[in-house]
Amino acid sequence: MLSLDPSKRSSLQRCICDGDLVIVYERHDRIKAVKVQKGLDFQNRFGVFKLSDWIGQPFGSKVLSNKGGFIYLLAPTPELWTLVLSHRTQILYLADISFVISYLEVVPGCLVLESGTGSGSLTTSLARAVAPSGHVYTFDFHAQRATLAREDFERNGLSSLVTVSVRDIQGEGFPEEFCGAADSVFLDLPQPWLALPSVRKMLKQDGVLCSFSPCIEQVQHSCEVLTSGFTDIRTFEVLLRTYEIREERMTTSEADHESPVGPMRKKRHCTPHDVDDSQGERTATTVTARPCQESRGHTGYLTFARLACS
Amino acid sequence: MAQDHSADAVAVAAAECQHLAATSPPTNPKTTWEGCSVLLDINDGDRLVFARLSPAATLKIGNKKCSLGPLLGCPFGSLFRVGNGPGEPCLSRCSHSTSGASDNALQAIEEESIAEDSRDNRLLIDNNTAQNLSSDDIDAMRRNGATGDEIVEALISNSATFKKKTVYSQEKYKRKKQKKYAPKVLLRKPSARSICETYFKKFPARIGFLRVDTLSLLLSMANVGVHSDVLVVDMIGGMVTGAVAERLGGTGYICSTYFGVTPYPSDIIRMFNFNSEVYSRIVHVPVSDLSKSLDDFVHSEISAKAPSMLPESAECRNSMDISEVPIQNFDLIKEKSLNNEQTSVMSDVGESQHVASILCPSGANDLELGHDTPITDKLVNKGRQAPLETMKQWKTNGFSGLIVAAPEAEVGTIVHKLLPLLAYSAPFAIYHQYLQPLAACMHNLQTSKLAISLQISEPWLREYQVLPSRTHPLMQMSSFGGYILSGIRIRNSVPSSI
Repeated sequence: MLSLDPSKRSSLQRCICDGDLVIVYERHDRIKAVKVQKGLDFQNRFGVFKLSDWIGQPFGSKVLSNKGGFIYLLAPTPELWTLVLSHRTQILYLADISFVISYLEVVPGCLVLESGTGSGSLTTSLARAVAPSGHVYTFDFHAQRATLAREDFERNGLSSLVTVSVRDIQGEGFPEEFCGAADSVFLDLPQPWLALPSVRKMLKQDGVLCSFSPCIEQVQHSCEVLTSGFTDIRTFEVLLRTYEIREERMTTSEADHESPVGPMRKKRHCTPHDVDDSQGERTATTVTARPCQESRGHTGYLTFARLACS
Repeated sequence: MAQDHSADAVAVAAAECQHLAATSPPTNPKTTWEGCSVLLDINDGDRLVFARLSPAATLKIGNKKCSLGPLLGCPFGSLFRVGNGPGEPCLSRCSHSTSGASDNALQAIEEESIAEDSRDNRLLIDNNTAQNLSSDDIDAMRRNGATGDEIVEALISNSATFKKKTVYSQEKYKRKKQKKYAPKVLLRKPSARSICETYFKKFPARIGFLRVDTLSLLLSMANVGVHSDVLVVDMIGGMVTGAVAERLGGTGYICSTYFGVTPYPSDIIRMFNFNSEVYSRIVHVPVSDLSKSLDDFVHSEISAKAPSMLPESAECRNSMDISEVPIQNFDLIKEKSLNNEQTSVMSDVGESQHVASILCPSGANDLELGHDTPITDKLVNKGRQAPLETMKQWKTNGFSGLIVAAPEAEVGTIVHKLLPLLAYSAPFAIYHQYLQPLAACMHNLQTSKLAISLQISEPWLREYQVLPSRTHPLMQMSSFGGYILSGIRIRNSVPSSI
């Protein structure tokens, strides 16, 4: 997923090889991860795809099924991985992930501590941010989930950047060996305030902590505990509002018998040409945008704090 | 993914990592040094100033001029207070706990039973008679060497209405007085996040209203990471270029491209304190060169004039030669700015004229926002050029990601010209302040089938005040941080089956 070898630069320049992980794009809301293996097939609503046909093609190619349907084969990135990974827990999405990484000031070479690992969504992006010389130490108290995450990171070529351990951070804190070594710490725990005294010891001077909590009561409790030893405490909510675009024929003509508030036409059926109405008149179309009707209303609150200088 | 490293490739990787570690200063410097760029946070974000530290640098707080010398050699995150003693007011370092007298008060509040507090403001009349001390009294206290905190305590005990206020109201009053009589200065390290936040607060138009969460999204959406070759159109002063360079950490390349013959101004990059390793990855290449075929480009390179170094005095400004800009020019800027008045507080291009404070949220209209002074022009005129080998690689393999931050430009043309330069399966993120042009651009991409996974997003960010019994979103909110069109470039033709 990441190109850790400078002589090879980005994986995008490679062609698909046997054993590679490929992101299969059917539609904007239908994306899957598929491991390419010679001799095997991939099946979906469009038909059967021979995986052997994919080998040797560049990432980003369009491939056909036996029935003439098509899909796109994309190179995995942390963003695409977040959309396809198997959810063992609730995960973080793009808006929160990108904000956390920026606000934690994670740059190459950083040492980052994380708990809990969950399904590894944020961890994958953290790995990219610390590469090539940094490291992410991530902890989860659930042994099986830790194992599954470790396997995912290995499959994605991230093992040199991520170490998964089983540990109850709320009960035991982070391991002593990291005292004063962490540039950033991320917590996604049910009772993060229990881990804060340990975080204080782990962070380097001016290091940054982020705690993600779905409920405001958790945030309040954490902020109260943060007042001792931390400064610059800020809490945010981040969300993304998406827009849909359509090509609309806006007219006030009486000859227009269509209902003014019609159903949304699927993007695929839009044509760029002028449309003739029933009277044979040509009315120009305009491309318009409006917000999508449904969107995510809440994921969690992000609380950031810096270790106060003594 | 297939692990097909040859022994040679692994050795190269190890060598490069070692090289990175040995030759460059620490990736994350923790203390200040002479000539470094810092962000000064006065009174918890009320006022933000960029400065370059030197023994002669000064900062005006209120009506006092303080030397920034005490800040040299201190760790980032250190807190300073303005001393009230006789003679030159100066900044002295303090710990966060002494200045956080309010923290103790907060704890006291928790112990108190909030439900039993029956005070409210029904009897408080605002007629300016509550305070016994006059401004002359306060000045006298100052001359006698009273500390800021002592003045605040005196104000509280001389206020007729203080005891009638609720606990929270008392806290607010105390904080307000502290800000005036005992201001504090926090020494912050400039980073993509803090620089973007500061600009967004003070001069949002300069960075095209790019809010920090929007910037973060651009970096993630374009998959900026180690060894990436990122193509960037940065018409917002270098904010995006700097942020990408920070994430690449000395690997990969940022190809900052431009339409026309001169690179766009990128003064903001100077604020990041990049080491030479990171700077060397930022190159400027005109679109015309990128669009040429490989053969045409090589041909034109051979027939171009020989490269020449810029002289130390940086006199030649409009040279069209292919020349490298040596990193030493940054010292030049520091010296130049020291010659302007006594202050070398170089918060910004415009602000080097005055050191007046820009209080938020009134905005930055007091100063002449002269965008290009001669100093910056010299530095960014031609920029570093890309090595020929790298140009060849880009033309054969394509870039690994594209970020466009041209908030007032015609996006459609930009995207149309630059998308073909991306590798297949490479993501792109186009930032714009207007929705309609992005919608038109997205529509074109859909019909031409050059890209998939197209989406227009509007980031939403809200900050909260979290205090016991007083938790709520902040009263002020930024309701606009721009729009992003994101997608992935694909290869549309179907190859013949094997």
